[in-house]
Amino acid sequence: MDRLAEMEKEQKRWENTTLKKWMEKHPEREISSELPKQRLYTLQDIANLDYLRDLGFPGEYPYTRGLNPTGYRSRLWHIAESSGFGTPEDTNKRWKYLIDQGQDGVSLSCDLPTQLGYDPDDPLAEGQVGVVGGSCPSLKEVETMFDGIPMDKIRIRGSTCHPHIVLYSMIMTAAEKKGTPRDRLTMVVNSDVLNEYVSRHNYIFPPEGALRLTLDFMEYGMKHLQKTSYLLGTGYTVAEAGTTIVQAAAIMVATAFAYIERGLERGIPIDEIASRAGFNIHVGTSFFEEIAKFRALRRLWARLMKEKFGAKRETSLQFRFGPGTGGSLLTAQQPQNNIVRVSIAALAAILGGAHFLHTSSFDEAYSIPTEESASLAIRTQHVIAYETGVVDVIDPLGGSYYVEALTDQIENEILDYLKKIEARGGIIKAIESGWIQSEIAQSAYLKQRDIESGKQVVVGVNKFVSDEEPVFKIHRSDPNVAHDMRERVTKLKKERDNNAAKRCLAALERAATGRDNLVPFVLEAVRNYATMGEICGVLRGVFGEYRPPSC
Amino acid sequence: MRRIRVLLAKSGLDGHDRGVKVLMMGLRDEGMEVIYTGLRQTPEQIVATALEEDVDVLGLSSLSGGHNIFFPKMIDMLREKGMDNVLIIGGGIIPEEDVQFLKKKGVSTIFGPGTSIKKIADYIRNHVRR
Repeated sequence: MDRLAEMEKEQKRWENTTLKKWMEKHPEREISSELPKQRLYTLQDIANLDYLRDLGFPGEYPYTRGLNPTGYRSRLWHIAESSGFGTPEDTNKRWKYLIDQGQDGVSLSCDLPTQLGYDPDDPLAEGQVGVVGGSCPSLKEVETMFDGIPMDKIRIRGSTCHPHIVLYSMIMTAAEKKGTPRDRLTMVVNSDVLNEYVSRHNYIFPPEGALRLTLDFMEYGMKHLQKTSYLLGTGYTVAEAGTTIVQAAAIMVATAFAYIERGLERGIPIDEIASRAGFNIHVGTSFFEEIAKFRALRRLWARLMKEKFGAKRETSLQFRFGPGTGGSLLTAQQPQNNIVRVSIAALAAILGGAHFLHTSSFDEAYSIPTEESASLAIRTQHVIAYETGVVDVIDPLGGSYYVEALTDQIENEILDYLKKIEARGGIIKAIESGWIQSEIAQSAYLKQRDIESGKQVVVGVNKFVSDEEPVFKIHRSDPNVAHDMRERVTKLKKERDNNAAKRCLAALERAATGRDNLVPFVLEAVRNYATMGEICGVLRGVFGEYRPPSC
Repeated sequence: MRRIRVLLAKSGLDGHDRGVKVLMMGLRDEGMEVIYTGLRQTPEQIVATALEEDVDVLGLSSLSGGHNIFFPKMIDMLREKGMDNVLIIGGGIIPEEDVQFLKKKGVSTIFGPGTSIKKIADYIRNHVRR
């Protein structure tokens, strides 16, 4: 009898004897899980696995086991905590502190007015200047943020999305003034403008305008910014909005396709686009599902880049990703439990082969991190890196019956969901029709129902609750920041060459109505201290403002 | 007996609406009529909608720290329009020390992260003024 047939026979015997007898006294509880799971996985569940076809060796197609041949044995992942708040001096101080604690780059969180293209003195900015991130209305603020930080030696990231052309132009100009030419900067750009319409809603422009800015920046980068990469998918924010693991992954891949297709329409070769692509993704505490998801995405991406787009360069086929541990996992109740949640999610990210990792601070259900809680988030990564040994073996869960079966299962589910998006005309049409938004809202509601029914346990919230009020220091935003930043903008507008600024804004407006690449125009405007609000105001005038479909 | 009418609103630039959308669906399942304003509403727009829709409850969501400015502003405007009977509740990321300040300004209660839909629905039923 062949090996598999014998396994099947023996498993049936086990189920009918040992297992059955045991379950008479020890019935199983109801298993609550996003993806159906078996009690046990065996050789049978990976009977169709072909090692060379489906896994390969690290650093070789289809990259399931990792993108580089030594895993973490040559170098670890990048620690990249998002941070920023208050004045540029506040952000600069926090960045220096985090770099001192072991972070090897900066990931700029801007406040909402900056992210949405409003200056601190705009009435719409009231109450929000410097609160959730750093206030960054002009080149002056970026220069201050990077004061004393060697821009040529660190990775620079930022989550600002729709106006990233402005923010990164400020970063490039600030760097040049400090003696670092733009092609020596290692920047990671949040290019995924489409996801803003369906997740955290930090949109400004309608899709066509936003895509024009994104592609202009990418096209410029391909000629002038050799060390810059582009996050073409943000699974993180859609997952935070309430999707399932599969939905987040599929939406992320579908949006990446949209940018690729636009890039190809502009005549940019696939290998130029794909070889600079990266992904910002979510990692939660569904431990094995998360690990399998990363492996599935590596394989799926490699295959799709090759078969769908004909990419040939090795770097084009590689799914580079940087997860952030999910903020929505953090509870206000018993907040120190969050340290454990973040540790588990971080471990899943590393076992999944992440290239950079943001770990949440335990107090983020209350406010943005303090120095202490941000430092602890970095130490979480350090303990994994230096005390567990998991970094010494490449893809250590490879070959696990469960993890391989789950990798296949998740890959197939992602491909199925991608087909659903395609059937609706692709991601842009699926967003315009409101379908994606309703899918996300539905998933979020079902998750809430599962928590309220107790089907999904959240420790400290619906089980093991306590009345004890947590006592710890939280970050408080400084109410003087808004006034300070408004005064700075007023002063800037007095001291700059206003004629030059006006001329640049007029030139930008003319260019925006045409087809020229807008980056040089934005660079010129930024160099002459036109503000974020002024530049985005011009672009709003040309592209319009996005109006979401009604709820 | 008419169903309880709830307006859920987000003001300011904050675009995180997972909670408010889940609550909208949940309160509808609890038998209430729920209108959601959508994002980036000014206090003036929210108050105008509350008036127009003749709501019994105004639920304000804030995750980006603007609550100490926006919530009192809306409450003052509602009072100016004679809508003193509207039950005002809030939710989102609002530190405990701000909760007391907001209650003094007229917010009935604040529901923090982890609150169940049932708890909010029961609170509304027990405290709605008409």
